Amino acid sequence: MLLLALILLPAATGAVAWLAPTARWRPRLLLAIAAIHVAGTASLWWTQDWSAAEGWLSVDALGLVVLTVVSVVFFAVSLYSVRFLENAKVPGARMFISCLLAFLAAASLVALAHHFALVWIGMEATTLALAPLVFFRRDRRSLEAVWKYLVLSSVGIALALFGTFFLAAAQVEGRPLILGDLVRTAASLRPGLLRAAFVFLLVGYGTKMGLAPLHSWKPDTYGEAPSPVAGLMAGALTSCAFLGLARTVAVMTAAHQSDFIRPPLFALGIVSLVISAGFMIGQTDLKRLLAYSSVEHMGILAIALGIGGAGAYGAALHLLNNGLIKGSIFLAVGNVVLLSGTSEASATRGVLRRAPWTGTMLIAGLFAVTGSPPFGLFVSEFTILGSAFHAGLTWLAIVMLLLFAIVFVGMARLILGVVYGTPEAGAGTLTESLPLVLGPLVLGGLVLVLGLYIPPLLQDTLVRAANALGGGTP
Amino acid sequence: MQPFHDVLLLLVVLTNFWVLGTTRLSSMIRAAAMQGLLLAALPVALYPHVSLHIVGLAIGTLLVKAVVLPHFLTRAIREAAVRREIEPLIGFTASLILGAAAVALSFAITPRLELPDTPSGVLIPVALSTVIIGLLVLTTRNKALTQVVGYLILENGIYVFGLSQAERVPFLVEVGVLLDVFAGVFIMGIVVFHINREFDSLDSARLTELRD
Amino acid sequence: MSLTAALGLLAVLLLAPALPGIANRVKSVVTGRRGAPVLQLYADLWKSWRKGAVYSPTTTILFRLGPVVMVCTALLAAGLLPLDGTTSPIRFTGDLVAFAGLLALGRFMLVLSALDTGSSFEGMGASREVTFAVFAEPALILCFTVFVVATGDLRLQGMLGQPLTHTWVATAPSLLLGAASLFIVSLAETNRVPIDDPLTHLELTMVHEVMVLDHSGPDLALILYASALKMALFGSLVVRVLVAAAAVSTPMALGLLLIGLVVYAMAVGVVESVMARLRMNHVPQLLVGASATAGFGLILLLR
Repeated sequence: MLLLALILLPAATGAVAWLAPTARWRPRLLLAIAAIHVAGTASLWWTQDWSAAEGWLSVDALGLVVLTVVSVVFFAVSLYSVRFLENAKVPGARMFISCLLAFLAAASLVALAHHFALVWIGMEATTLALAPLVFFRRDRRSLEAVWKYLVLSSVGIALALFGTFFLAAAQVEGRPLILGDLVRTAASLRPGLLRAAFVFLLVGYGTKMGLAPLHSWKPDTYGEAPSPVAGLMAGALTSCAFLGLARTVAVMTAAHQSDFIRPPLFALGIVSLVISAGFMIGQTDLKRLLAYSSVEHMGILAIALGIGGAGAYGAALHLLNNGLIKGSIFLAVGNVVLLSGTSEASATRGVLRRAPWTGTMLIAGLFAVTGSPPFGLFVSEFTILGSAFHAGLTWLAIVMLLLFAIVFVGMARLILGVVYGTPEAGAGTLTESLPLVLGPLVLGGLVLVLGLYIPPLLQDTLVRAANALGGGTP
Repeated sequence: MQPFHDVLLLLVVLTNFWVLGTTRLSSMIRAAAMQGLLLAALPVALYPHVSLHIVGLAIGTLLVKAVVLPHFLTRAIREAAVRREIEPLIGFTASLILGAAAVALSFAITPRLELPDTPSGVLIPVALSTVIIGLLVLTTRNKALTQVVGYLILENGIYVFGLSQAERVPFLVEVGVLLDVFAGVFIMGIVVFHINREFDSLDSARLTELRD
Repeated sequence: MSLTAALGLLAVLLLAPALPGIANRVKSVVTGRRGAPVLQLYADLWKSWRKGAVYSPTTTILFRLGPVVMVCTALLAAGLLPLDGTTSPIRFTGDLVAFAGLLALGRFMLVLSALDTGSSFEGMGASREVTFAVFAEPALILCFTVFVVATGDLRLQGMLGQPLTHTWVATAPSLLLGAASLFIVSLAETNRVPIDDPLTHLELTMVHEVMVLDHSGPDLALILYASALKMALFGSLVVRVLVAAAAVSTPMALGLLLIGLVVYAMAVGVVESVMARLRMNHVPQLLVGASATAGFGLILLLR
């Protein structure tokens, strides 16, 4: 019942927030729901009730990790949004908060669903819930961004549904489209249809993840959406889409199709890395830069899925780290936008002096996102590279390392330019109130901690998640 | 004589060709509405043991695909004052040839897919070809409204495929109809924001409008 | 050849000039006018035949050959069709290619004679005619292929004759698609709306009419007759496919064909009344659409 509450409560509150006439309570309502959601998720960690009925909604290791990312990032974003909405020039709090809550409900559905059709419905709902948020500023550029986002996402979602149908056709015994049954009866799945299902699901959920070459909506969307929304998308939405893909890979691996899925996953992953590295070099806009960083990390996740084994553990860990740090860095960039009115890097200089907390978080975020120690992404990327070497894919690991280096150069150039330097005369400062700073700080701090120490509870869960991806029992 | 559902499916293919070959937007919308009508009749033709579920599905599909969405689209044409599609990326003639090739391809692939028995042997090929043709229209056309029609055709193809699984996973097809929500959102967007063409950052693309 | 085959050939040859008349009459009636008499073309042929011909000094023998070859090829092509539903006067394996080739030869000579005049109007008409033919020929061959695959016979006598009657019910969708495609092709080959308007008087909008602007007297009579005969031939193709559904005796089949021809002419008239001529660059789309339809019918047979 807790699971149902985690989904329905935000949805109901979203409807209430939309209908309620008063404006003052809405932000507090948002915060309250976000806090309740975090509490609920934490209690799931505590109870560790893996033997729950394998029904349409249930908790498994990977789903719990995704749910945690969604929950924590959402809390930080809602905390930030309280102050953000006051500073924003466009009134639209009602739409903003209702859609945020709707997104939370949909994302929780994706994380908790064990029926492929429910996963799909959740993904469709997230797409719809985010569209008005992307269009927040209501100018021509955001119109273009939201249009591209909707068109590409809807085609992706349609193809994902097509893949889901193929999956249903491939199944011979057991309850239709239930993950547990699919994995258990994997030997009897029809291979031809299963492969067709995988192709379509890869394209569909890959579009939502933002894997290249299906990523063209990402830079525009992340660039035009308000920073907290972009952070939510980069942190939570991509994790949900990855979950859809991961569930498919779990079924494929159980059906001994690992050799079939490896080439496309590697191909998309490498293309993502190459494209993101290439487009980061000449980039001038901070949020678009981070969009390409998101593409890069999705590529890493795809490659990790393809490698399997220890790579799957790395994927789960990377999912966690990436989600948290993206939330953090986008919120920091949000502060930069509040400071200078635009996310164009050339318009801002010397953030470290004008807004010290933000500047520090930007530097930390830069190092974290590019996979430097002591942050958590270093550990996860190291694990993935190690598994690549171990599996004999030395060329893959070397290519990845090269591209990581290029990415570092591209990102550092832009971010350090923003952070350091002397601010122009007359440049404003930002009162770094608690809501604007606490969220990103906590998220970044978590990533730092994960780089140094992984608590045994988390370790256990990650191993379970990896086993599920490797085809064992979830 | 051929079973009724086969005739319906063949007519669906013909409506696809119609959409590929026509330049007039109102003609395209009529074809999409006709396709919706055929699709509404399809569940009843495929599963004659009439149950509330099948009848409900047919009526729902009829309302959404054959009445509501074409009506929205027609309103959108009037608002946007657009009549004709300009020469698409790959040309109308090439589109028709590709469409025919897609149909041939679908018929060729289907036997190799080892699908479970479906009520009709033509169901899966028609579904596949409709999906491909929908994608074709969606990606090669210039006007936003034509792209929406392409999306409608794409989801119609998915819907037909879903019908083949309707016996085993009952509510799956209804889920497919949810895709129409997207289409509705698009159309609203076009109407409200006067999105006439796909967004293109190169202004030189506008010069091609003088040709028409 | 059998009696009915000869009778059929003779009937079609005699009936041919009435078909454009029927089409034009239907067009007039639909638009609320009285229109010319149905048998007007006979009178025109008689009138032109008795007149003298005028030849421009720029023309050569090609100009005079064009009409003659047109009529001869049309007559030969008529001999290839099984008009009574059972036998054709001339038959050999692969004669469907000969059918298409003969008509193409006739068109070719007409185009040459048009180019021979050295006038830009005729040249323009010739280029348009040939462009449309490029798209119409594949459609025609695809339709023939549908019938070949349906009956397994490579002779027109088999494709449109008794074997077709035997497989009609089983292959009905493909045959209907082929017939629809053939109808559109016939509109293209006989230069009727929506490909070409036979009643326009503006040379810049003509395709066929402008090619024969300079022909006069007996030459014009031959060309008019050949065009009418082409209409009868294509009409017979379409009608034969549809009539083959009925397994009747040979004389009955012939009768049905003749009645069908009249209905075909009326259908052409109706189509001409409700449609406007297509823009020139949309005509290939229509013809490719016809090819796609025939192709689809073929796919259905091949699976």
